[in-house]
Amino acid sequence: MKRVYPNKDYCIGCHICELACLTAHSKSKDLILAYTVERTGEGLSSCKHVHEGGPTCVALSCRHCDEPSCVAACISGALQKDPESGRTTYDREKCVGCWSCLMACPFGAIARHPLENKIVKCDLCFDRPGGPACVAACPNQALKQEER
Amino acid sequence: MPVTKRKAHEDAMTYVIIGNGVASIGAIEGIRRHDQKGKIVVIGAEDSAAYGRPLISYLLAGKIGVDQLALRGDDYYTKNKVDLKLGTTVTKIDSAKKAVTTDKGETIAYDRLLIATGGIPFIPPIPGVQGEDIYSFTTLAHAQTLIELSAKIKRAIVIGGGLIGLKAAESLHDRGVAVTILELAPRILSAGFDEKAGALAANRLKNVGIEVNCGVTAKEIQRDPKGRVKGVLLTDGRFLETDVVVVAIGVVPHSAIAKDAGIKVERGIMVDEKLMTNAKDVYAAGDVAQAMDHLSGEHRVVPIWPNAYNQGYASGRNMAGAKEPYQGGLPMNSISFYGLPTISVGVVNPPEGDKSFEVHALLDEAKETYRKLVFRDEKLVGYVLVGDIDKAGMFTAFIKFEMALGGEAKDKLINAGPEVFLWPEKLFDETWNPTPAKAAR
Repeated sequence: MKRVYPNKDYCIGCHICELACLTAHSKSKDLILAYTVERTGEGLSSCKHVHEGGPTCVALSCRHCDEPSCVAACISGALQKDPESGRTTYDREKCVGCWSCLMACPFGAIARHPLENKIVKCDLCFDRPGGPACVAACPNQALKQEER
Repeated sequence: MPVTKRKAHEDAMTYVIIGNGVASIGAIEGIRRHDQKGKIVVIGAEDSAAYGRPLISYLLAGKIGVDQLALRGDDYYTKNKVDLKLGTTVTKIDSAKKAVTTDKGETIAYDRLLIATGGIPFIPPIPGVQGEDIYSFTTLAHAQTLIELSAKIKRAIVIGGGLIGLKAAESLHDRGVAVTILELAPRILSAGFDEKAGALAANRLKNVGIEVNCGVTAKEIQRDPKGRVKGVLLTDGRFLETDVVVVAIGVVPHSAIAKDAGIKVERGIMVDEKLMTNAKDVYAAGDVAQAMDHLSGEHRVVPIWPNAYNQGYASGRNMAGAKEPYQGGLPMNSISFYGLPTISVGVVNPPEGDKSFEVHALLDEAKETYRKLVFRDEKLVGYVLVGDIDKAGMFTAFIKFEMALGGEAKDKLINAGPEVFLWPEKLFDETWNPTPAKAAR
């Protein structure tokens, strides 16, 4: 399957991927509304996070592992592996906010929703025609979606 | 007996799985990753498709409905070509003839058998424990019984201050029942948490009105002439009136059927690195199995959810011929008490006086946050987080990948928290940006 691979040598820490992610997962699909209204009012969050360590930075999110620890830990069946697409899927309705996945994922790719007992996790923008918004928005090709 | 041997490559395999919990789901998914053709038969004693067992406390608390319990979608068994036999108990395993017999009188032949029968509640030999008004809390049926009951009763005593007991107490309290918890150990959550984490959780429970008694347990359950429970006499001499008693001391491996078949059972069913028992082609996984523990390297029964799935998955892969050893389990628990999240992973209570361990703990009682890190040989081997749990997974990485924390790395982990740039360069690259040939799993 095609995954998103971050290259820390190219990442300039601009956080544009986070904003693109926010917009892609917003109702309005508008950056300003997503950031000002939906983020503050509804807890809309980016699935992507830019990590900074001194001069180095890198944008990380769910790796959609072949054998994901989060799926093993999920008590509700909200997280599952889709054998066809290869994605690690998340069903928000099923999630009870037990945080088992957050504990089990050694890649720190799962976050708590700021307002609800739900998690926030990358869905690879599966329903977005142009593919992952973060990849499209990265100004320095530090994020690539490829088959490896 | 001359039996015509089937060759795996020519004929489709028949996998029989006894049990329909999360280990069984893991096994189906492990098998199907390697074998699309084989026939899978799942025999479950309960009446429903696999459900999120820990969700029964959410159900009892009224937070979710019965329709939200299923662990997989409606078409799951069909899609995975699983013949699901519910409400059926296996009465006998014949590992020589490679067949199992059910209580419905059916005999089912297998090429590979998985025993994933889970655990059963441990009922201690307290005088008066046999009879009416005594309940367990490990199945959907138990939860449904307690839901009906909660409308009729005023008081309940929960014996056991572990995860199951506390969740039973919390959920019954949410249903308007006055609950008292009895825990023999000096603190609640003694198995997976330490004193301070236990105290923070206990305070949350006490603040909502649940009574928590530690260092004490039931000496005798007293009954009226009709045999109904009157109350519980405690080991400290007190007598507490109650309508019912919920026994939640823990679960023990449900291994009788394996023992009867001559399969090696210690605390649980002994399994090797492929999760196979001493009987050829018979595997065991989940709460019934005594499998390798990642940190200690010993075989232990660790009845926790992720281990059950992972063991099921690994056994499934191996039954399908993948020859991939089980990586070993890591004890981990995540549980919230009235909105206070707690997480515990790995070794959290190192043996007292053992100088090979180094502990860094940080408690903020006002903020209700606690963080404890346990190191051994310059590696993180365990942690506890209460309140602020957002970095949990990143801490787990250091334990799981056994990262050496030489030089400043350990100080940085302690003072600044777990950061991905503390990872060794090679692990970082292989994980996040592998060269195409080495794409990480």
